[in-house]
Amino acid sequence: MKLPPYADLLGLSVETGEGAPVLVMPFARDVTGRPGFVHGGAIGGLLEMAAIAALYNALGEAEARIKPVNVTVDYMRGGREKPTRAVGTIIRLGTRIANVEAHAWQDDPARPIAAARLTCLLDRA
Amino acid sequence: MSSAQPASFDPQALFARRFDLHGNALGMDYHAHGDDWCELALGYDAKLIGDEARGILASGPILALMDMACSGAVWLKRGAFLPHATLDLRIDYLRPASPHRTVIGRGECYRVTRSIAFVRGHAHDGDPDDPLAHVAGTFMLLDRK
Repeated sequence: MKLPPYADLLGLSVETGEGAPVLVMPFARDVTGRPGFVHGGAIGGLLEMAAIAALYNALGEAEARIKPVNVTVDYMRGGREKPTRAVGTIIRLGTRIANVEAHAWQDDPARPIAAARLTCLLDRA
Repeated sequence: MSSAQPASFDPQALFARRFDLHGNALGMDYHAHGDDWCELALGYDAKLIGDEARGILASGPILALMDMACSGAVWLKRGAFLPHATLDLRIDYLRPASPHRTVIGRGECYRVTRSIAFVRGHAHDGDPDDPLAHVAGTFMLLDRK
């Protein structure tokens, strides 16, 4: 899976396994908000990328262009000075609209630091 | 737009100190402010692209811009650089940002309670009447019990 330049700015890498890809964002100066914490904007960007990666994984990159219509991010815990992981879950994959969720964690996937819900428009080829 | 009367919180001075590391990496700058609103600018840069074929900015940098513009609005409304954390932020992407144009993000803090600040805002790339994104969100105030 090829990631865009913005993903490089976040320092993202992809862990592929079964199901949707897991995106990993290392802690770095470029994603720091208040001292010692990951910036909420970087976490939101990571969640969006994870949601869209889940959709491309399900659809195939050549099959559709994905346009996020809106995103709602809930911040639950501060992101500390360690890697953050995120994965997307497709709730419904329609012909024109997909509803996707994503959650981000640091140590334990069961203790999310943030989650997002996206409505996406699918521009199918 | 000119600044409001001298206040105890000056976003222009704060952003001039490059205090926001992620904002610096994205290329975020102060633009304007008032009593309860703050505008930040995000210049077009190839490293922010999400759609390479079309040269369109990723949505993440716009989310980060709006988070920080709304944050600035809360500090202005409260008149001080007090700690808070984003609780939630919803963003509607009305249209893609036009390639090579600077995006202006405007956040407004329209209500502060004992624990929560309520914000809203929008982003445009030249014409405020043709917005590219709309946001609504809340912040939790961390200096109070």
